[in-house]
Formats: sequence, structure tokens, C-alpha cells
Amino acid sequence: MPISPIRSLLIILVVAITTFITRAIPFLLFPRGRKIPKVVQYLGKVLPPAVIGMLLIYCVKSVEINTHQNGLPELIAGAVVVLLHVWKRNNLLSIGAGTVLYMVLVQKVF
Amino acid sequence: MAQQGTYKQAFRRAFPYTMPVLMGYLFIGIAFGVMYQEKGYNVLWASLMSLLVYAGSGQYLAISFFVPGMQFLSMIFLTFMVNVRHIFYGLSLLTRFENMKKERWYMIFSLTDETYSLYFNTKVPPDVKEEPFLFAIAFLNHSYWIIGSIIGAVAGTLIPFNAKGIDFAMTALFLVIFVEQWLAVKSHFPALAGICAAFACLLIFGKERFILPSMICIMLLLLLFRKHLEENDRIIGSEQNKLEEEESGHAN
Repeated sequence: MPISPIRSLLIILVVAITTFITRAIPFLLFPRGRKIPKVVQYLGKVLPPAVIGMLLIYCVKSVEINTHQNGLPELIAGAVVVLLHVWKRNNLLSIGAGTVLYMVLVQKVF
Repeated sequence: MAQQGTYKQAFRRAFPYTMPVLMGYLFIGIAFGVMYQEKGYNVLWASLMSLLVYAGSGQYLAISFFVPGMQFLSMIFLTFMVNVRHIFYGLSLLTRFENMKKERWYMIFSLTDETYSLYFNTKVPPDVKEEPFLFAIAFLNHSYWIIGSIIGAVAGTLIPFNAKGIDFAMTALFLVIFVEQWLAVKSHFPALAGICAAFACLLIFGKERFILPSMICIMLLLLLFRKHLEENDRIIGSEQNKLEEEESGHAN
């Protein structure tokens, strides 16, 4: 352990509270019983697919940091996930096969 | 429909939907446990952190905080920046959490990327109430995450584990949810807006700073095309329900 247990515990608490507050911000801004503005209701409805799109880009940027392979393993494994899923519509199969393929690609092939 | 056993039934119904998260969270939870253990923190620390923080990228980042001399203020800032996307999640769930009682703050605490995505990719089965069902999803996902960290912290000391690449499970999960949503809706505008805005911002601002500008761009785009999207809303809604009904039948 590079630092004291008390300090380690404090770090965990600080990270936990910060994470919780970030997630709670909308609920603190629009507490129960208060009328939610129409525009916020609209955003709440259309945001989910946009956010998933953003998360995809977010994931791709994180895996690229670890690999330095110009994103080729991500591209191949990602295409396999999408094709498998359109074909079989089985969550576990698409995710499992894609992940195993990706691990083989980054560990053995590239 | 009986009140008794509502939660038991909700857990049984929710479990199949959470299975991709089970796999993903075990993988990235294990990776977290291994990395944290390499830093000198045993399984108790790993499970405590996963219990209290419960954030994938947040906890990966936080591992780098356990060094002498790191300022608490910069920890708060970095944690906030890596989690800033979570602000969007609550906006879509204000009304769905409205009637929850004791569970409400736990639901807000447990709002991870994957849990949030599942709320929009699953239709509540007719024989359970929405609140216990959503709670079951949240609770199951949280436990997978803790179990994954425990396995990682323990297995990391016993067997040499090549964790490289397992974090792709999360990318695959989002890809699958993205495909599901893509096939379910008529208007692909929100999905495309999310991808394109985030990609453009990644190129312009770089990988450390692109999420906040992306969020602003997405919000502006969605507001700009509000009229057009609200006209489509009725069609989108009914299509999505139909598809989710087919899926829930398939999953049982």
C-alpha cells in the first residue's frame, strides 16, 4: 500500500461522494413534486439513443489508449458483434464472441 | 399480481435481462480487482470501493489517486469529469423514479452506464411492477460488479491473469444495445447525433476532454430538431413497444 489506510479510506469516500452527486444532479435540480419543464421532458425522451452513441465513442477512445493498433482490433471485433447481433439477436452470444475475439486479436495477433 | 413476493418475482424476471451486464461486469470488475491488487490493496479494499463508488471508468481512474501527495480537490475534479456524462442519465429517469420510496436514492446511486442502458432496452414484464423490476436490475448489476472485483483481487494473487482486452465486453454491450435501439426506432437522428457529435468532439478536443463538449453539442442538436423529432414521437413509441414485447417473449 503506497499510502496510509486512513488516507486510502478518505480517497474512497471522496470518489464515492463525487460520483453520487454527479448522478444525483438532475434529481436535485428537479426534486419530486416540482413540475418538470416540457423541454426537459423532451430531452429525457430523446437522449437515451444519443447517449448510447456517445458511450460507443467513449469506449473506443478508452480501448485505443491500451492498444496502439490504430483501432483495427476494435473495428474487426466490433463488426463481428454487430453482424452476429443483427443475425442472431442473442446478447450473450454477440458480447461473448466479440470479447473473446478481441482478446485473441490484441494478445496473439497484433 | 399479488403483493407478496413482488420483489422475488421482479428479481426472477430481471435476471435474464442483466446477463450481458453480468458478463461485462465480471470481466471489467476482475480487471479492476487485479489492477487495484497490484497497487497493494487486497480484496477487502477492492470490494469496499466497488460497494461504495460503483463506477467502471471512475474506479479505474481512481486507482491512480492512491499515491502520496495527490490533492483531494484534483481527485474531485477528475472524478467529476470522468463521470460527467451521468448528469444526462437522471434527466431521462425523473418521472420513472418519481413514485419510488426508500429505493429512490439507491436507484440514483447505482445509475451506471450499463444499468441506465438496460432501463431503456427492456420492457417491464406484465406480472411485475415497474419499481421492483428496475430495483432488481440495479441491485443485480451492483452485485455483479462487487463479485467481479472480489474475483479479480483474489485471482490476481493466485494465478497470472492476462486481463488485456477484457474491457471490450463493455464496448460490445453498448454496441448490442445500440443495434437494438437502431432496429427499434424509425428516426435514427438521436443515435446519429450522439455518434457524430462525440466523434467530431473527440477529433477536436482529444480523448481527455471531449465528453463535456459532446454533451453540449448533442443537447443543442436535439433542441434544434425538437419539432421534427416530436412529430415522429408517436411512431417511435409504438414501434419500440412492439419490438420489446417480442423480445421479452423471446427471453422467457
